[in-house]
Amino acid sequence: MDGLDGVQRMKSTIIKVENKDTLRSLRKFLGRLMESKFVEALLVPKLLPGGDGFVQSLIKDSRMLEDANPIAPTMAVQSARILSELTSSPFDGRIGVVLKPCELRAAVEMVKFLQVNLDNVVTIGVDCPGTYEVGDYAEMVKKDRELSPQAFLEGASEGEIRPRQGYNFRECCQICEYPVPLNGDITIGLLGLDHSKEILLMAGGRFEKELAQKFSLELKEGNSANREKVIEKVTHKRREQRVKVIDELKERVNIIEKFMQTLSTCIRCHNCMNVCPICYCKECVFKSLVFEHRSEQFLNWADRRGAIRMPGDTLIFHLTRMSHMATSCVGCGMCDSACPSDLPISSLFGLIGSELQEMFEYVPGRDAAEEPPVSVFKEDELQAEAGSE
Amino acid sequence: MNKTVDNWEPKIVAFLCNWCSYAGADLAGVSRLQYPPNLRVIRVPCSGRINPLYIVKALQQGVDGVLVSGCHPGDCHYISGNLVARRKFALLKNFLAYLGIEPERVQFSWVSASEGSRFAALIEKVVDEVKELGPAKKLVKKGL
Ligand code: SF4
Ligand code: SF4
Ligand code: FES
Repeated sequence: MDGLDGVQRMKSTIIKVENKDTLRSLRKFLGRLMESKFVEALLVPKLLPGGDGFVQSLIKDSRMLEDANPIAPTMAVQSARILSELTSSPFDGRIGVVLKPCELRAAVEMVKFLQVNLDNVVTIGVDCPGTYEVGDYAEMVKKDRELSPQAFLEGASEGEIRPRQGYNFRECCQICEYPVPLNGDITIGLLGLDHSKEILLMAGGRFEKELAQKFSLELKEGNSANREKVIEKVTHKRREQRVKVIDELKERVNIIEKFMQTLSTCIRCHNCMNVCPICYCKECVFKSLVFEHRSEQFLNWADRRGAIRMPGDTLIFHLTRMSHMATSCVGCGMCDSACPSDLPISSLFGLIGSELQEMFEYVPGRDAAEEPPVSVFKEDELQAEAGSE
Repeated sequence: MNKTVDNWEPKIVAFLCNWCSYAGADLAGVSRLQYPPNLRVIRVPCSGRINPLYIVKALQQGVDGVLVSGCHPGDCHYISGNLVARRKFALLKNFLAYLGIEPERVQFSWVSASEGSRFAALIEKVVDEVKELGPAKKLVKKGL
């Protein structure tokens, strides 16, 4: 796949915002993509009938864009999961999908595992100032019926992004180093722009020419200096916070006893795994015979130790999941949001994963052409780790 | 070392590739080479067949050390199973070390079918190192 080399290679143009209504201008742009048949359908977050949340919706009739919100401040489902369902078999025409940066990275990661097919998909990445827990957002709306979607872009122009008073961003968002999409056929830039006046539209690679022609866009090389500065500012702050969170967690899990202690409230509901965009095996080992023990076996264990915890296998569940996918974890935090015991699973993956990712010089979701560490090797590597003289 | 309990002998699970290390072990036997009897050998079709889960499970069931041994790089019967295995292994070992599991408890090696004496020496070394560490308790199924 071409055109996935990141923001640098993209060309950009400015879309003027009318009447300070950013959202409307965004919808209008999406509408044009549909009406011109550049895409046949569009996957985009849409307001729930109750008005207190958003859900990704596949839109075929552009009139239904009326309450679409490409900058929805929640992430109920990781769209990479939706994409894997949506692109599992051939279809005619192209689908445009609006994705947050971490959703896009997860989708790219899943392309490598053959779970997502982006051939007929136009990815539309949108800058993300941070998301809230679904419940928090519903509460905000309950308190303030007039809450404008644009309020969530406050501070994005200067890079002074603060959560709404009385709330906090989801923890993974507080420590997210990728507030802008890494790659994507189209990127909608909000950071570093006065979004009441203008939006940045970037296009790269495979659809660049077609887009420019169809919509008479004047795409230019380069990124605005202010945008670069603001991105750097936001990223820097989050990176600092990330180091802090991870260092704290390190103290809590650096020996196995403490690790187990930290996870002791896990009830093994498998939520973390079910919502994870990276965990994709159709035949999951945890649902296989490997983990279906015989009654005698349980009694034997209990006999040997005096008592065993039921359901068991919690440690092995987490360690196995970690060894399977820590190198590909995109840090979207869906696992945290889904955990009934409020366990810091995504930070744990961040902690262990970032070390492993470093070891293999790998950034999940950076480039679809990059092979995941566990499916390739070099002849001459890891001598020390693998203990060979 | 005072960690070593009197008369305690470590239990070590060895996942040996059928095409090389398993044959190497055979050769060591046929050649009547002496090596410590602490191994519980599990024959696998290729070191690439090892799932990290097996290693964790073995430790959890109370073994004191795990050895994975396959064909030398370039000699794998399935071309590159051993090189993929090395990556998976390095990954697992890295984060086990992070959780305080001593690196000597999980070892990876290459032994060919003709290296009977190398096999015996390797086992000697692994057993010595694990003995030094004492019994493994950390991962043993307890509360969790
Ligand atoms: S979601 Fe939480 S409680 Fe459920 S299995 Fe995962 S870590 Fe355990
Ligand atoms: S482990 Fe958690 S943070 Fe990582 S990709 Fe899966 S759901 Fe997202
Ligand atoms: S066949 Fe021996 S390691 Fe692959």
